[in-house]
Amino acid sequence: MLEANTPAPDFELNSTPDQTLALHDLQGKRVILAFYPADWSPVCGDQMSLYNETNKLFSKHNAQVIGISVDSKWSHLAFSKDRNLHFPLLADFEPKGAVAQQYGVYDEKTGEAKRALFVLDEKGVIQWSYLSPAGINPGADGILEALEELDKSNS
Amino acid sequence: MSNQLKPAVDGQDHSQGAQGAPLVLVEYGDYQCSYCGEAYPAIKAAQQELGDKLQFVFRNFPLAEAHPNAQQAALAAEAAAQQGKFWEMHDALYEHQNQLDSAQLAQHAQQVGLDVDQFKSDLQAKAGADKVEADFESGVRSGVNGTPAFFVNGQLYNGNWQDGELLSFLQSQLQ
Repeated sequence: MLEANTPAPDFELNSTPDQTLALHDLQGKRVILAFYPADWSPVCGDQMSLYNETNKLFSKHNAQVIGISVDSKWSHLAFSKDRNLHFPLLADFEPKGAVAQQYGVYDEKTGEAKRALFVLDEKGVIQWSYLSPAGINPGADGILEALEELDKSNS
Repeated sequence: MSNQLKPAVDGQDHSQGAQGAPLVLVEYGDYQCSYCGEAYPAIKAAQQELGDKLQFVFRNFPLAEAHPNAQQAALAAEAAAQQGKFWEMHDALYEHQNQLDSAQLAQHAQQVGLDVDQFKSDLQAKAGADKVEADFESGVRSGVNGTPAFFVNGQLYNGNWQDGELLSFLQSQLQ
């Protein structure tokens, strides 16, 4: 798993069936990358639904949250609609899990991304990362603390 | 990740039961959440059983994106608090979880004996919105990741709250 002070590897993945999002598109913003195992499993839904609610707190720190799993763009579309999500879910679908592998958070056994969080600064450098046990929603408090640390070091 | 209540219970909180009780139970709840609705009688039962050994505090954690009426309902309880009737409204909301639109909130206000015009004006007040937001943020910082979430004497309770298990846990903490 990539650690703090590592430049985050760039990627470009589908965010909707006809649009892609590249990490470099977000330069100048802080980025929260939330890798998660799968759409639709109840725990994942919880985590993404929570970030949907805490998005307003992330925005205060100039941060954009992005969910990434190996699910297809069509699954993401349906899941996102069902949960009324207001942030992008990226499809790490083909080659399967390639981005998760680059970040060192691909689970070979299950063929899914692990439940891992990365907070990137405005320059795309990883400043904080956290690996959660697969069944446990890591919440948002660690992310907020990491963002506050960044605020401090910027001032 | 966090499992500690932040900030601790203070004078800003809505609290029932004896101050300085050996057990302090804090709930982060959403008035439109069906699980919170199920937890409501479990908490009442614990209060009945434990009497002055239990202080109960409610903090707002409306999942506004998932539950379209949750935010408004939270504001309604805060508006009722302006007239000293937070708990009456809290109970009315959990007892009528499928009646949370604006007109129905006003009816609850009337039923619990509020001055309805004052209630409607307090519903728009910034103070209520600030309180709800502060509660929500404190929940996030304390590691709440869904509702209902419970803290017992400042520690996140990860156990089951159904079937009397919350009460059993509280009783076990007294020994």
